Amino acid sequence: MDAIILQILNGLDKGSAYALIALGLTLIFGTLGVVNFAHGALFMIGAFCSVTLAKLLNLSFETVDPTQKDFLGNPLKVKTPYIESWFGPEVGATIIDWSVPLAILFAIPIMLVVGYVMERGLIKHFYKRPHADQILVTFGLAIVLQEIIKFYFGANPIQTPAPDALSGVASVGGAVGLNIAYPIWRLCYIAFSLLLIGGAFAFLQFTTFGMVVRAGMADRETVQLLGIDIDRRFTIMFGLAAAIAGLAGVMYGPINAPNYHMGMDFLVLSFVVVVVGGMGSLPGAVLAGFLLGILEAFASTTWATTTIPGINQIIIYLVAIIVLLTRPRGLMGKKGVMED
Amino acid sequence: MTKTTMSRRGVLKTGAIAGAGLALPTYLSAASHAGFTNAPQGDTVTLGFNVPQSGPYADEGADELRAYELAVEHLNGEGDGGMLNTFSSKALEGNGILGKKVEYVTGDTQTKSDAARASAKSMIEKDGAVMITGGSSSGVAIAVQGLCQEAGVIFMAGLTHSNDTTGKDKKANGFRHFFNGYMSGAALAPVLESQYGSDRKAYHLTADYTWGWTQQESIAAATEALGWETVNNVLTPLAQTDFSSYIAPVLNSGADVLVLNHYGGNMVNSLTNAVQFGLREKMIDGKQFEIVVPLFSRLMARGAGENIKGILGSTNWHWSLQDEGSKAFVQSFGTKYGFPPSQAAHTCYVQTLLYADAVARAGSFNPCAVVEALEGFEFDGLGNGPTLYRAEDHQCFKDVLVVRGKENPTSEFDLLEVVEVTPRAQVEYAPDHPMFAGGTLGECNPGA
Repeated sequence: MDAIILQILNGLDKGSAYALIALGLTLIFGTLGVVNFAHGALFMIGAFCSVTLAKLLNLSFETVDPTQKDFLGNPLKVKTPYIESWFGPEVGATIIDWSVPLAILFAIPIMLVVGYVMERGLIKHFYKRPHADQILVTFGLAIVLQEIIKFYFGANPIQTPAPDALSGVASVGGAVGLNIAYPIWRLCYIAFSLLLIGGAFAFLQFTTFGMVVRAGMADRETVQLLGIDIDRRFTIMFGLAAAIAGLAGVMYGPINAPNYHMGMDFLVLSFVVVVVGGMGSLPGAVLAGFLLGILEAFASTTWATTTIPGINQIIIYLVAIIVLLTRPRGLMGKKGVMED
Repeated sequence: MTKTTMSRRGVLKTGAIAGAGLALPTYLSAASHAGFTNAPQGDTVTLGFNVPQSGPYADEGADELRAYELAVEHLNGEGDGGMLNTFSSKALEGNGILGKKVEYVTGDTQTKSDAARASAKSMIEKDGAVMITGGSSSGVAIAVQGLCQEAGVIFMAGLTHSNDTTGKDKKANGFRHFFNGYMSGAALAPVLESQYGSDRKAYHLTADYTWGWTQQESIAAATEALGWETVNNVLTPLAQTDFSSYIAPVLNSGADVLVLNHYGGNMVNSLTNAVQFGLREKMIDGKQFEIVVPLFSRLMARGAGENIKGILGSTNWHWSLQDEGSKAFVQSFGTKYGFPPSQAAHTCYVQTLLYADAVARAGSFNPCAVVEALEGFEFDGLGNGPTLYRAEDHQCFKDVLVVRGKENPTSEFDLLEVVEVTPRAQVEYAPDHPMFAGGTLGECNPGA
């Protein structure tokens, strides 16, 4: 029983990342009609926002300590972060310790700008082109972004640890007689993504802006005929989708150290998630994200891999094939999306 | 007025025949005089440095390249000479190799076997490289070694730790200075016994390729000899990034040691995940749960951050060693680049010197002469104590370091502490040891 719940939790937290990326993909596809292969890169850039913030907070000045020696036998240069000298060592260390949660605030404006620039600067020019062109240009963009990150940050993963207070393990299910130890940060990640998903849906459902966007997704021309500048709103939605992917990346850093190709690792699976959920369906994307995450977690158990070797590698694609054969529009797909 | 009519096809045909005719004598003369591939012409010799410049091991590749540039400087008599001053053989005089100035070309292995073979092939065929060296993966090393054997050039392996490189896939033209999985097991086992006792249950997570398999086999054999039980061995795909689904079953398996046969990003992620799941705080039947990472690298340790502290592993070399050779190399590398070299840099630097020295002693660049000079070569002063290049399998035998992630590092480079320098005698094995059986060196191939 414990093992089952543990794998469900594992699935939920992998699924959270899938769901957040797939949600953004669907938002962009639903509004702008673009299949954005650079979406994984946005997730990666988000993670590197927190790496950058940690680097900024750790900017240090050097003092020479003649009592200690460095590896060449010269007097050791001791580095002290500016932030510790400004706010005192304790407050400074706490700020550095909490750099990942702080990076959420840091990443939001950056991701909005990145999303805006990406849409206005490049993707805008491909709206009237075939989907194949859009896929090629966004895929190319993803590779360019990834190489830029690699140039500045190197190829090795860079640790962005969770704050000390949130980095231990929590006992889950003690009240119902279970004894499961699960990392606190992963629980935070699940909670955070549920909040973010809830927030995105609430924004679309309960604000006038959201209503107009939903109307635009349903019938773009009519909304335009009513004199509403739907393009501008869709651009903002692109920025928002970028921010969601970015925040998913920021929070994912402490789970797996960010590296330059983490976006690609998630991208392909997220597309499968979108397709299984149903192209253009936001609830479908979220549902499929969590479902496939849990399935993948169970397929990776020793029992599953010994019964069917390699099942953990193919389970998601296998499910995708079955779903597409039985429900060609995905779990919650609607008629008329990407169909002429 | 006469008009000469020539068709385009005709011009091409004549040109091609003329070109071939002109090229033939040079081709024949090069081959007949030197008798081997890419015999150096003029007063320079070209070496090919094939390192990962992109892909997951690009940082290690960059460090390897720094080491090669330093080695070339020292061979050409520039800089402070580094390990040339401490090397027991004095055949090199700082005037290049056999008086020819050393030049180099570089290739990008991308840590993909096919890309690595393509770049090595290009350096051999287009740039005239007489020796290929480098790499940070056993899959790549074995692929490039095979190519060099066919092409008739020497291959001086970079960072490759699979038993197979000098085991079932060994080649006469290939040489490895780096240690291997068997040696890691032999060096680690006594330390594991003294630290964690002889009654332990180990759970292995293993990267699913040649290096992971042979290391797992080696570590399992060495620890089972101590009385440990191997509870399970789970193969993980090389592309895996989140290991939580693999870590969770460890908790309920009854194991009290987790062995991570992972390298690079795999290692950073699996170790981070294991620590996240609180494995290190766990007590199993009154015993503290322990994690072991048999192949450690400082560059990786940096990626794993805090999680590496207190964890045991083995390494080929570490910059904090205090022998004269290591000190000279760290001094030279540190002064040029501002930070200490990695074990990848060390093995690549040493391999370049060893090749150059073998050519100097043999008096020829002919691969077969170089093979003869390196086989059974005993040397010292290159950082690992007295070392032997064994003739039977072209593997170096030397001391191995058992290291532990340092609890209180004094600098960003000070991540590992040396727990024990395991003497060479303890990590030696017979050339026909079952873990290395199945291949033969074959004959050296001079090519051409």
